[in-house]
Amino acid sequence: MAKSLTQEFVKGLWEELPPFRLVLGLCPVLAVTTTAKNGIGMGIATTFVLLCSNMLISLLRNIIPQKIRIACFITIIATFVTVVEFLMKAYTYPLYLTLGIFIPLIVVNCIVLGRAEAFACKNGVAHSLADGLGIGLGFTLSLGVLGSFREVLGAGTFFGHSVFGAAFQPFTFMVEAPGAFIGLGILLCLMNIVSSK
Amino acid sequence: MTEYIMLAISCIFVNNIMLAQNLGACPFLGTSKSMDTAVGMSMAVIFVLVMAGITTWTVEAAILKPLDLQFLRTVAFILIIASLVQFVEMFLKKSMPSLYAGLGIFLPLITTNCAVMGACLININKEYSFMQALVSSFCYAVGFGLALVLFAGVRERVIMARVPKPLQDTSIGLITAGFVALAFFGFKGMG
Repeated sequence: MAKSLTQEFVKGLWEELPPFRLVLGLCPVLAVTTTAKNGIGMGIATTFVLLCSNMLISLLRNIIPQKIRIACFITIIATFVTVVEFLMKAYTYPLYLTLGIFIPLIVVNCIVLGRAEAFACKNGVAHSLADGLGIGLGFTLSLGVLGSFREVLGAGTFFGHSVFGAAFQPFTFMVEAPGAFIGLGILLCLMNIVSSK
Repeated sequence: MTEYIMLAISCIFVNNIMLAQNLGACPFLGTSKSMDTAVGMSMAVIFVLVMAGITTWTVEAAILKPLDLQFLRTVAFILIIASLVQFVEMFLKKSMPSLYAGLGIFLPLITTNCAVMGACLININKEYSFMQALVSSFCYAVGFGLALVLFAGVRERVIMARVPKPLQDTSIGLITAGFVALAFFGFKGMG
């Protein structure tokens, strides 16, 4: 378990890339990736929560009693989620409105609790920060890719700019709920092809 | 009465919590590999979501709102749901062992089911009355169960099929879920 900081960081970007490798935290992945911008915004919010909670939990890992650790983790995570919610309300209000209910739902994102339970409560602060940053960036990246995929096909735009010109007939269903499943399924399949080579 | 029927149809079909709002995807994919687990999970969700819906609504109306503590909502709700699940688990183990054995491992998993927390938050955001919150919690849970059971039925068939290697398991599961969602998409025009 003596990995370097860089290794802890890099593993989140490919080896354990959420949500593709660890099929966790799917709800925000499916629901908010209607455009690339929403996906990345959600990813950054989750990364912030993940970093802060990983840090605090690894600092407190010797104090938190074993039996009630899950409750403690959830309280810590919920606190940071509240912080993010207020930050977004103050500085990125339009994004706050689009993401809506999914910001408080970062609390029940299995990735955050999963990292706390599997990593932060067993490792030092520096390693936990590297782990949180890696997984968080990986998550942001995945959301960005899925968001771009759905936005380009479903609306014919990329970050709001038209890609194919006016003649393109967008597959509107890609930006609706069913498109989320199909988009993620196709990306997962592509990733399987790439990694099996 | 008509109002509640409309609300029920809207919650079960039109705004189905899983297929239209994408809440609760982890248990949806995780427990849909066989019909038995799907039914078990649906029952557990219906049971917990109704209780969580009532409790969180009451806490919001009786404690958070009068004291102007709404910024604590996220923290309060998740703790309520977590302790509720724990309590339900202990209660069932003691008084209804057969039901407990049936729901078994699905109960603790519900804590991190976003459908539960999501439905509670929707109830508050839409400023439902107590009865509306009760009806919508129950119907959201029924909608989740319906989606899960339907999907499990489809997935049991998919396992028999020969799927190309890169598409196997989760990947084909997601695409199948997409088609089930597409079927529910047809309800969009209603309500």
